[in-house]
Amino acid sequence: MSKAVFPNKWLPYLLVAPQVAITLVFFYWPASQALYQSVLHEDPFGLKSKFVGLANFQSVLSDPAYLNAIKVTAIFSISTAALSMSLALLLATAAEKVVRGRGLYRTMLIWPYAVAPAVAGLLWMFMFNPVMGTFAYMLRRNGFDWNPLLDGDQAMLLVVVAAAWKQISYNFLFFVAALQSIPKSLIEAAAIDGAGSTKRFWTIIFPLIAPTTFFLLVVNTVYAFFDTFGIIDSVTSGGPARATETLVYKVYVDGFVNLDLGSSAAQSVILMAIVIALTAFQFRYVEKRVHYA
Amino acid sequence: MIERHSIGRPIAHVMLVLGIVIVAFPIYYTFMASTQTLQAILRPPLPLIPGGEFVENYGEALFGGIGRIGGVNVWTLLFNTTVMALGIAIGKIVISILSAFAIVFFRFRLRMTFFWLIFITLMLPVEVRILPTYKVMVDLGMIDTYAGLILPLIASATATLLFRQFFMTIPSELVEAARVDAAGPMRFFWDILIPLSKTNIAALFVILFIYGWTQYLWPLLVTNDNQMNTIVIALRKMVSFADADTPWHLVMVTSILAIVPPVLVVVLMQRWFVRGLVEAEK
Amino acid sequence: MAGIELSDVRKVYPGGVEAVKGVSLDIPDGEFVVLVGPSGCGKSTLLRMVAGLETISAGTISIGDRIVNDLEPAERDIAMVFQNYALYPHMSVRQNLEYGLKNRKMAKAEIARRVDQAAGILEIAPLLARKPGQLSGGQRQRVAMGRAIVREPEAFLFDEPLSNLDAKLRVQMRAEIRRLQRKLATTSLYVTHDQLEAMTLADRLVVLNGGRIEQAGTPMDVYERPATLFVATFIGSPAMNLIPVGAAGGSIAGLTGLDGLAVGPSVGQTLGIRPEHMRLVEEAEAAPGELLADLTVTGVEVVGAESYVYGALPDKGSEIAVRVPGYSHLEPGTKVRAAAPLDALHRFDSESGRRLD
Repeated sequence: MSKAVFPNKWLPYLLVAPQVAITLVFFYWPASQALYQSVLHEDPFGLKSKFVGLANFQSVLSDPAYLNAIKVTAIFSISTAALSMSLALLLATAAEKVVRGRGLYRTMLIWPYAVAPAVAGLLWMFMFNPVMGTFAYMLRRNGFDWNPLLDGDQAMLLVVVAAAWKQISYNFLFFVAALQSIPKSLIEAAAIDGAGSTKRFWTIIFPLIAPTTFFLLVVNTVYAFFDTFGIIDSVTSGGPARATETLVYKVYVDGFVNLDLGSSAAQSVILMAIVIALTAFQFRYVEKRVHYA
Repeated sequence: MIERHSIGRPIAHVMLVLGIVIVAFPIYYTFMASTQTLQAILRPPLPLIPGGEFVENYGEALFGGIGRIGGVNVWTLLFNTTVMALGIAIGKIVISILSAFAIVFFRFRLRMTFFWLIFITLMLPVEVRILPTYKVMVDLGMIDTYAGLILPLIASATATLLFRQFFMTIPSELVEAARVDAAGPMRFFWDILIPLSKTNIAALFVILFIYGWTQYLWPLLVTNDNQMNTIVIALRKMVSFADADTPWHLVMVTSILAIVPPVLVVVLMQRWFVRGLVEAEK
Repeated sequence: MAGIELSDVRKVYPGGVEAVKGVSLDIPDGEFVVLVGPSGCGKSTLLRMVAGLETISAGTISIGDRIVNDLEPAERDIAMVFQNYALYPHMSVRQNLEYGLKNRKMAKAEIARRVDQAAGILEIAPLLARKPGQLSGGQRQRVAMGRAIVREPEAFLFDEPLSNLDAKLRVQMRAEIRRLQRKLATTSLYVTHDQLEAMTLADRLVVLNGGRIEQAGTPMDVYERPATLFVATFIGSPAMNLIPVGAAGGSIAGLTGLDGLAVGPSVGQTLGIRPEHMRLVEEAEAAPGELLADLTVTGVEVVGAESYVYGALPDKGSEIAVRVPGYSHLEPGTKVRAAAPLDALHRFDSESGRRLD
């Protein structure tokens, strides 16, 4: 039986109008501009533009800095996702075990969700800054040569930690929900079958929360791609020497700082393609996940 | 519970407490720093107990006259950020609920077209279209305006999809009963649909408010005038780790001020928020 | 006054499916008409067209002398009771009852009067402050009816309102609906797939099949003189026994007494006889002018106050059910003889299904 509807003919147009208008002006127009811009080359004075086909794309894809950005983004996403998700899963399983105080723990663990990524970056930077960070001081006092301003790997580490920290609560909430949806009877059956706690976790619980894990993986990756701009800008500004320059960051730098519009637009288009692929992937494989009765 | 013996439970508690420490520590640390003098901050290690400067520092930031924070009054910053966050949350909820209502409860010729039009926007967050959107802002004269801060960020379809999904679970008979009861579409919308959507709206509000409050890249681009800064941007601009002029104690205070409102929103509306988050993204 | 008139009404769905194929029906004011038929017969579609929830492809529908084809449900002065009650979950019972009246800008005092009156009739006054979620199925059904009653409409439309209730409650509510309708004397159109419900509630019964009316008449009419094979087997439970007349023409193996008929059965006909009109007899008991059937018992169904004995006619003949009072202990394989008065015999054309006489 199809959904019951109202017979009005004109009202629906009026109702969608605001969203459609905003979408057209602030989404489709810029998106098409990006596409258009990506196949143009502006002269240095911004006076004339010339159609150059895929030249911008070619130069972008062969630019070592761009390939570096791809590498950086990949490492950054995977590390952040892995770190954040494992910590969250650990905490979620712990939360499942306790009976008293569960609500309190959840409240206390939600905070980072509300913290702006940029602020999160600042906080961590503040703690680890070589000049006045307390932890930097402690690291150095114990012989560690800690200077994320000079060492690319350390900078990456700091940024990853800050980004992962911020995502813990989000992942935690989802893992808790996933764990709670596992029927107790399955776990009890395994216990009766002699499986110890760890074995139960890896052979029963972990596979059963696989859909959630998968979903979070995609979400965390998208988060690492885009929402972390603030963190990177606060902590390292993409440095030192591009060590933390992700794809999005590069778009920003090339477009707004270096004013290379064609290249930046081409990069945007490439990013769009990646996102579309990720979203399509998520919809296909994650949305149609297997249901465990 | 399966294991009756004690080991599992206390370990779990320990881990959770550790988790809370990890999660809360940076904020705690910042709060401690915000109660110290500038000199104390510049000399590590920072003591872990509150200093004596709470009143002094907060007083200076909040009431110390114009322009304490990067040349701007902190109340202005808070105001801007609040306007932006509320604008995004409310704006997006309003346009999305209206669109979802139209798409689910009416049949009209361009229905599917509009649906896909809106759906595709899911694919591209604002960071991907920053440059051209910026150009559009310039063309429309929206640089340094609240509209410029808000509008591009309500253009995506996440909320619409959520509402659509929810509306499709409303039984047909309810709509029919309303029609028989002389309720036109808008009356049905207001009297019946909205009350039934309360939890969804609440959850979305929290999510969008946080989203709006924590925006960084977009406000950075679209505002030049410092008076239009959000608190997050101002914070960033205040800090230069190499520069000796940075008023660190005020930076700490501002950080706390930037964190408190959204955390309050999340903690107070926790129940709806958690429920909404977990169901929303599915 | 406020009757309902359907004139050659048709419903064709986009895609070509014809759900209602030309239905004409005249319902005088105050009559309780039940539309009954199997799923997919078009009864709900028909009801919804009267309500205005489905568009009409052809024909006219009038309510109280007004043609309502193009009117919105709210403008037709009808009230509807839905299968799943369709109560507004976030409103109290009182608010549910008031909603339709408020939307029509009725005076507060009048609304209150009507709500209290309906609550009294339906005995739901103590529930007025509760929300639907706190009510049982039967209570919700009453509230749904209350919502219709307060409207004091020209016609009530019921869309299988008792389907979601358990059997006992259904019997109870059936009686209540009947009583209510008699008291309020409002024209009512009621849809159900349950023939028993239809028989007990209706002033007139309309049997639908495949989008057409097979028969419209009083329950007794439909029961005693079914117009088609379909009606004959649909009404009455267990269904009427059907015996097709085969190639042997006037005689059917195992049946005697057919010569007592004015016109004998011929090929291409089907005879029908209801189980309740048959009885088991001893060899010697047969009365003249009766039909006799020699059966081999295939099964027995004990209902409580009565039993149904199923037996087959010889030579792989049709299976016949015979109603027997009390508890039957007959074993399968036993040979029995059943008798029925000749005037209880129905005769139909096998191909068209039409009644012949």
